[in-house]
Amino acid sequence: MTTCTLTRQRVAGRLIDTDPDLLVVTGLGGTCWDASRAGDRDLTYYLWGGMGLAASTGLGLALSRPDRRILVLTGDGEVLMGLGSLATVARAAPGNLAIVVVDNELYGETGGQASHTAGNCDLAGIARAAGIADSRTVSDVAELETLASAVGALGTAVQGPLFAVARVPGQLSGPPAELPPRDGTYLKHRFREALIGPHILR
Amino acid sequence: MTAPVPLPVPAPVTWPDALYDTLKQVGIDQIGHVPDAGHARLIDRCEHDPGIALTGLTSEEEGVGLAAGAWLGGQRAALLMQSSGLGNCINAIASLAEAGQFPLLMIITMRGEWGEFNPWQVPLGRAARDVLLAVDCRVLDVHRPDEVADTTLAAARLAFDSSQRVAVLLTQRLIGTKAFR
Repeated sequence: MTTCTLTRQRVAGRLIDTDPDLLVVTGLGGTCWDASRAGDRDLTYYLWGGMGLAASTGLGLALSRPDRRILVLTGDGEVLMGLGSLATVARAAPGNLAIVVVDNELYGETGGQASHTAGNCDLAGIARAAGIADSRTVSDVAELETLASAVGALGTAVQGPLFAVARVPGQLSGPPAELPPRDGTYLKHRFREALIGPHILR
Repeated sequence: MTAPVPLPVPAPVTWPDALYDTLKQVGIDQIGHVPDAGHARLIDRCEHDPGIALTGLTSEEEGVGLAAGAWLGGQRAALLMQSSGLGNCINAIASLAEAGQFPLLMIITMRGEWGEFNPWQVPLGRAARDVLLAVDCRVLDVHRPDEVADTTLAAARLAFDSSQRVAVLLTQRLIGTKAFR
């Protein structure tokens, strides 16, 4: 058994810091809180619902902006609800997309019930078998640094799609004292204005 | 000898081309689809168009995420699906597209409503309209080939200019009943 020495906050902070222009889509719950704690930013679209849709939202974004790097930062329960989208991402093969699952092996928002990854379910194996060749599991800081380098080089030295499971078994992430914005329409306008320019809102 | 009564010659089907032309006209950059016989010609046209990113989905709900992501990035997406696939999308339409007031243009081929052969297609064909209305979608019907372009254009304006979730229902009478033999 691999020793897991990562904290989920370090995972989120390190990956989002790889590129100031990174476009980020979070899952709902824990990864929404993690990304918010790493620093609220206009180019992060937090999902507060739409469970199972983080990867496909990231895919639409990645296809629309091949000039930018896209990080989907989501949880194990969220990605389990949309496993088919891993096959869709593999088939579309956007070189600029990374999907990173912060895997705490439980459903943190609903009482900490064990998720399927607490058993024999191997999400990195599923992603690889779905056709995402660069699919890895990271458990310590050295592996996180290697992953961060890859995310920072997406679309240039590293061709995506990239899938990674960051193992943080049992680690919960409650909502931060200051919640990220939760109006999806506001988040959408804010994101588009920052990415495309203020004219897009007229 | 009298000449045999000639078989009726079916009119050539051109509405998928009108649909394709309209989607191009309104600036569609991405299309998500689960393969469907009614959309086969349109899908084929899109496959040969380098200006359209055509994404094959495993399930229709992924298309709702795809369309939201495309919009975040400044592009316009359309989803092609069959009425039975609509049932896979409901949470996505409500909790992502409606919650964020994302434009969503769905072109839905209807089953189960006009001379349907397969009883398994009937329940969602019957429920499709009510379900769409319940999750705050506009519903525009197309019964005749000459309505395809106008209706799709109107739907696209509602979706992209007025940030609505819009379904164009291509009725089974338009598409033709699926023949198994």
